[in-house]
Parts: sequence; structure tokens; C-alpha cells
Amino acid sequence: MKIVVCIKQVPDTTEVKLDPKTNTLIREGVPSIINPDDKAGVEAALRLKETLGAKVTAVCMGPPQADVALREALAMGCDEGVLISGREFGGSDTYATATIIAAGLKKIGFDLIITGRQAIDGDTAQVGPQIAEQLGIPQVSYAEEIQAEAGGKAFIVKRQFEDRYQRIRVKAPCLLTALSELARPRYMTVRGIVEAYEYKMQILGFEDLKEMINPDYIGLKGSPTNVMRSFTKEPKGQGTKLRDLSAEEAVTAIVAKLEEKNLI
Amino acid sequence: MGKDVYVVIEQRDGHVQKVGLELIGEARKLAGELGQQVTAVILGDQVADKAGLLYQYGAERVIAIEHPLLKEYATEPYAKGLTQAIREYEPEIVLFGATSIGRDLAPRVAARIHTGLTADCTGLDIDPETKLLRMTRPAFGGNIMATIICPHYRPQMATVRPGVMKMRERDQGKGGRAELLKVDFTSEDMNIEILEVYKETRKQVDITEAKVLVSGGRGVGGPAGYQPLRELAEVLGGEVSSSRVGVDSGWISKDRQVGQTGKTCALPICRPFTSPAEYPGPSSIWQGWRTQNSSWPLIKTPRRR
Repeated sequence: MKIVVCIKQVPDTTEVKLDPKTNTLIREGVPSIINPDDKAGVEAALRLKETLGAKVTAVCMGPPQADVALREALAMGCDEGVLISGREFGGSDTYATATIIAAGLKKIGFDLIITGRQAIDGDTAQVGPQIAEQLGIPQVSYAEEIQAEAGGKAFIVKRQFEDRYQRIRVKAPCLLTALSELARPRYMTVRGIVEAYEYKMQILGFEDLKEMINPDYIGLKGSPTNVMRSFTKEPKGQGTKLRDLSAEEAVTAIVAKLEEKNLI
Repeated sequence: MGKDVYVVIEQRDGHVQKVGLELIGEARKLAGELGQQVTAVILGDQVADKAGLLYQYGAERVIAIEHPLLKEYATEPYAKGLTQAIREYEPEIVLFGATSIGRDLAPRVAARIHTGLTADCTGLDIDPETKLLRMTRPAFGGNIMATIICPHYRPQMATVRPGVMKMRERDQGKGGRAELLKVDFTSEDMNIEILEVYKETRKQVDITEAKVLVSGGRGVGGPAGYQPLRELAEVLGGEVSSSRVGVDSGWISKDRQVGQTGKTCALPICRPFTSPAEYPGPSSIWQGWRTQNSSWPLIKTPRRR
């Protein structure tokens, strides 16, 4: 039984700022973490490993620095780490990202894939379902509990909706997307940290995956969606300028405006 | 160019969800700028009778896909039905509610069709020159906004956050029937087995549907701090909600979270019980308000130390 858990490395805060000149994210000084939903997925995978005796492989797509996120997953107890990384993959949107990761997963092999529901940087929740579609396997998203059945041939999943839950049986191979409330992640062990530090990370680049990927469907150019503009919050309009008023007139004008807007 | 703006209408237990009606309103604006029409697509078991309601809220055409397999939401049968509709009618734009159903279904369908999808949008408009759909959405917990386009593939697809777009006035004089689209479902399409559907304890109303919210955050200090809020909510006939910190601290479940990373709620009044620091101007709440033009009697409680 082979469980693959997909993780993303994200900035450890939502307080990120845009560089006003280049319009890109300022990443300096912001530490990186494993995305919280994904980390719950790692924990869920490790619990299944304990009951089923499965092998757990952590997979991360990202720049070379994302290696750190994988080592953390290894130190928590994952057996293998695979970094999917390459210049050709840069700038991918969710479709292109899912295309690349799906190719990597075909190469690695899986019975169960666990991803986080969504990442705290992009908040799209799209990559998990799109990987499942590319692989042609069933998905259950918003998983709040996962139990194995028949030694991992099937899973019983508590699936959260806004107003209800479904209890779903899904046969392997399948993909589940984990909510952060699924499981509280364990700490890394000292021994795990030492071993993870020495682990020789497997890296899959474009050359390793090119037979399974249409190069026109990946990276910035292969992405169906493009970011046209990004911006921080802006004032909603020009505002109104009142000139040459006495203090009393100014107060009356401001109060009238606030009352008009139902603010006082 | 594809034809018309499609809205995927979400129903639960045969009840049309509000977000679908909001999206019809928004779709009419977009379609107007494109010189196109708005089509509502509804999937379910015996749901064609909802067509009248959809026409009354502004749909100009209603397509229904009916089958017993569609009674309770399951990804594959819904994805198959909708994919067939998109391939057959070739819409220009397809909109979904960014709910736990829409955000499960839309990415699956977009990947199958091979087109772009933008998640959880809070603003849509048409570029006057290129006629492309400009989809604006928050990222990084709302600290950054991005406008996304999908220039080369059709349809342009987006999930849209509930409570942000404005419903049209209901026109009771309107009505009409749904066109039925026949999809050949087989038992293999149901690739999961739904063992049980249930609601936990007192059925909590989804906070985006609630009329009154009593909202807590860091200021309540712990799980027990929500108890008086629950009592107040009970008396007011409302629901308890929370800012992100309460959810991240494990004090209250995620489905109660209001905010950029939670849910957008449009309410006539707001009474948060939380620290001022968490309400410097919560854009998610403002977004809801903007469409309602309602009052803002926000009362700040002192920060608990």
C-alpha cells in the first residue's frame, strides 16, 4: 500500500506585501512553512501508515528551497520525499500545476493520494481535484475524517459541506483533500530530524517527466489563466474635497455625509 | 466566441441555493455587455420545476439535467452532466458558487474540458476592448487582490463567493419551463458510495444564509467564550460566527468562519465581540455590506490581555 501526500511550501503569514515597483511579492524575511491543510494531510497519512503498514511518500512541487518542507515531512515520519522542480514548471496556474504533479504521481505510483484542501497563499482548492481528474481517479474533497477499510482497499471518509456531512466509501486508487481539522499534526522527532537531514532527496525535473507531459500545457505559457494585474487594497474612489469651510460648516458636512451612508 | 453566460445553479434537497440567484444577477450584467443571454443550468433529481424561480430572478434560458443519481451531490455524475452541457452548448462563460460543492465540481470540469478556472472571485467585469472576462479575487488571506483572465480557452470559468453579488428583484410575472438535457448516466458514474447524509446536533444554519450573526474572535479568549454568544444568538434567532483566529486556535469549527479565508456574509447589522485589532476594516464584511447599503453599528470590545 502506497500513500502519497502532496504538500506545498507557503509563506508563514498572510501579511505579505507587494513591491510597488515590480508588482511582485516581497518574500524576504517571511519564513516558509508546510501549508496547514497539507500538514494535516501528512498526519492523516502517517496515521493510516500506523494502522495499515503503508509506505508514505511526500511530494512537493516548487523551487529548490521547497526541499525544506519535504524534510520536515520526513522528520514527522514520511518514508520518502520527492521534489518536483524545474524552470519549465515556473508560473504554472492550477491546471498546469496539476498536469505536472499528476505526471510525477504516475511515475511514483500510488494507492491513495492525500492533498490539502487549499493553500493559504492562493486559496484556490483546485489543484487536488484537478490532479484527480488528470489521473482519472475519484476524489473526495473536504475530508474531515478518513478510515481505512479492508486493509486500505477502500476508505470511509467524512466529507464536510456547509450544512451537512456525507459519509462516503471510496475505493482505492483515489484522491482525498484534507481539511486542517482532520488531524492535528505531530511534532518532528529528534531521530526523524537527524535522518531527514541526511536523506538524499529525489528530484523529478522536466527531463524525468517529459514523456508524460505535453510541454504546451505547463509553465506560464501553458497555463489557461494569466494574472493580468495584482494589487493591494485601494481606495474605492477619489473622495470628496470640501474647501474654504468654517469649522462648523465642515462638521455639519461630515456628519451629514456619515448619516447619509448610515455610518452613524 | 462562445455563446452566452451560464450559471450553474446549486440545489440541496431540491432547494435552490441563494448564491445561484446572486450569480444570475451578476451574469445578466456581464451578458448585457457581451450582447448575450443568461442560461441557468440545474442538476438534480426532479429539479426542472425550479425553472420558474430561475426565470423570475433573471435567467433567460433554463437547462435541467435530471437523474436519480444526481439526488445527492457526488463529484463524478455532476461533472459528467455538466461537461456534456458545456460541450454541447459551448458557452462563453460559466459561473459557479464558491461553495463546498462548486469548489469540488468546477476544477474537475475545467480540467476535463481543458480550460482555465479562477477560484473564489469577488469581482467580475468585461474588458471593454478584448471582451474578456476579468476575474478579481483575493489571495494571501485578502492582503493581495489579483485580476485573472483566460484568453485562449473557452469557456472562461469562475467560482464566485456567496454573498458578494447582488440578486435581481424577483419578477413574479415571469415563468417558463426548463429544457431537459439527456445525459446517459450509468451506475459506473457513481464511483463513490454515499453511505449516509447527516447534519450534526441542532441543525446549524449556514452562516451565509443566517439573518443574524453573533461573531467572536480573539476577544472571547477560548472555546467557552463562545457560549454566551450562542445564548445570545439563540435568543436573536441567529448563528454564531467567528474570525479566523478562533478557528485557527481550534475554539470553533471552520464552517463558522467569516472573512476572506472564511465566508462572506451580507447582513443588515453586525455585532462582533472581538478585539479592535481584528476589525481594522474586514473587507469580507464590507464586501457583503457594499451590496446591501446597510448600517454599521460595529461596537468594539476592549482587547483581552
